[in-house]
Amino acid sequence: MQTQTKSDAENQPILNVDDLTVYYKILRGYVKAVEGAHFKLGKGESLGLAGESGCGKTTVALSIMRLLPPNGKIVKGKILFKGTNIVDLQENQVKRDLRWKRISIVFQGAMNALNPVYTMAQQITEAIRLHEPHVSKEEALERAKKLFELVGIDPSRINNYPHEFSGGMRQRAMIAMALSCNPELLIADEPGTALDVIVQAQVLKLLVELKEKLNLSMILITHDLSIISETCDSAVIMYAGKVVESGSVYHIFKEPLHPYTQGLIAAFPDIYAPKTEIKSIGGQPPDLLNPPSGCRFHPRCQYAMEMCRKLDPAFVEVAKGHFVACHLVGGS
Amino acid sequence: MAETVIKVEDLRKWFPVRLGLFRTLISGEKLFVKAVDGISFEVKEGEILGLVGESGSGKTTTGRLVLRLIEPTSGKIFYRGREITKLSPKELLPLRSKMQIIFQDPYESLNPRMLVGDIIAEPLRVQKLVESESDVREKVFEILEKVDLVPPEEFFYRYPHELSGGQRQRVATARAFVLNPDFVVADEPVSMLDVSIRASVLNLMLKLVRERKASFLYITHDLALAKHICDNIVVMYLGKVMEKSDAERLIKEPLHPYTKALMQAVPVPDPEARRIEVVIKGEIPSPINPPSGCRFHTRCPSYMGNICKTKEPPLIEVESGRFVACHLYGEGKS
Repeated sequence: MQTQTKSDAENQPILNVDDLTVYYKILRGYVKAVEGAHFKLGKGESLGLAGESGCGKTTVALSIMRLLPPNGKIVKGKILFKGTNIVDLQENQVKRDLRWKRISIVFQGAMNALNPVYTMAQQITEAIRLHEPHVSKEEALERAKKLFELVGIDPSRINNYPHEFSGGMRQRAMIAMALSCNPELLIADEPGTALDVIVQAQVLKLLVELKEKLNLSMILITHDLSIISETCDSAVIMYAGKVVESGSVYHIFKEPLHPYTQGLIAAFPDIYAPKTEIKSIGGQPPDLLNPPSGCRFHPRCQYAMEMCRKLDPAFVEVAKGHFVACHLVGGS
Repeated sequence: MAETVIKVEDLRKWFPVRLGLFRTLISGEKLFVKAVDGISFEVKEGEILGLVGESGSGKTTTGRLVLRLIEPTSGKIFYRGREITKLSPKELLPLRSKMQIIFQDPYESLNPRMLVGDIIAEPLRVQKLVESESDVREKVFEILEKVDLVPPEEFFYRYPHELSGGQRQRVATARAFVLNPDFVVADEPVSMLDVSIRASVLNLMLKLVRERKASFLYITHDLALAKHICDNIVVMYLGKVMEKSDAERLIKEPLHPYTKALMQAVPVPDPEARRIEVVIKGEIPSPINPPSGCRFHTRCPSYMGNICKTKEPPLIEVESGRFVACHLYGEGKS
């Protein structure tokens, strides 16, 4: 079963991010938020995008949704969604055909992303009717109720205001809203953060179930690697705007090759492992106005060599589907 | 046997809920948020005790109560055998140098208008432990080096906004440890920090705690982290202690259904061990009107009916050193 979906996925990725480079212009210069990011996502697959704050994971998501703030610009690269390059689309095309209908996003801090002065019914039907104007109000409301049922909220609460919901329910309502126009790709940006452990597990379980049920493709953005190992098929690890390693979750968790990936995994305590000291990665993430030369991780890397300071390592495939950008592996 | 540094007995904190004047006059009703509702525990010399629970379980309130930063509604707090519940602020002052706290958010716990050096020196000045400015500098430089903010003469003259989150939390750590306390409360000290920074800040705190043989009350929602750093763990739910045990046994074989549920909700960084499984539904109820009987009965997967609904289970010792408050382990157990 696993191999079946894998090979299908390889034949036609639903999303192909190729050499994506995004800069933000600020007074002091350009913040190199994402530089040369590569990854692919197969139909019906889920991909985890991991890294620390400021590593560019949310910027990648916003680029896919074409929702970058006015000072953000895709300077290079392609984002192919089923063969169409999203980067080249006009704003009105994105609005009409892409956003919500094909790709939708559940924002970070979704609990605060709902409008407090409208009921849930109003907000969801608005989203539906804006993107599918031919749908009548009654039909839209019917659909909103079905969506509520789908995400595990009693449909009778559709006329409630957001403040009448708990944190977990608001997150579920946001997911319902994101699914309102039957998208094929769902991006969830830190869906569990700010929720309690148990509620977070409930939300993640819901996402996994929905993915199976609706045959969705999913990108899960998180800083918590263990969430990715629990819910995703593949993982992409970013550091300071670069993709440093990508592969199946087995590659990433069982044979991590990049020192940063190894460090991140070691920084997460495993509740079932014997009591150990939690390992840390020394130093700080760099300033992206002036990222370090060569490999961006070299100032914090315990294996840093002379060439790491000078040469940016290439992103090479070391095993089928397992890519790493590190001078220790591949090449030389 | 190590000496008991902090002992808490049947501690309660009920925050009054503000109602409209009209409602108060008419019905005379009074509502309380029962944040902490009768908990007892003790911390021995050199012990690292973890206080674990979801938000709203009362763990932060407990941390503040123990240090008398807020006044308890009832109950007793002892520091090395001496009751400190009723001490006046003046009487408490000398004890303050022995009991310190590190707060959760280093972006809010440091005064943005003070130099790092002054932030760390303030407790020394308040406690009159320094005689001259050169004395201050010497002591502050020493602790700055200890928390790896080097060179100290540079960090001394910086403002908090010039520092990263991890560095700020190191300043907060320095401020707490500059007085050589023997009891430190840390309230989710690394939850606001980046993943790769967390471990180094945490390891620093643990190093200082162990060096000074201080006792450490570590408040967290992260059971996995608690397992790796704590000697003992207290699991709280809605202001009550559900389970209390050494960390090893608690994780290996949790007794209380709530502890089990918490464990099952922790994601594991191993793709082969995938088992996202959520056994309990819903979210933590309101602490204004907590459920009757066992407070967990509304979400409990092992709910046994009437007894759980009507009778509050006492915290009983089921094995040596293992306490649990659940009817499954009461008289009625098989």
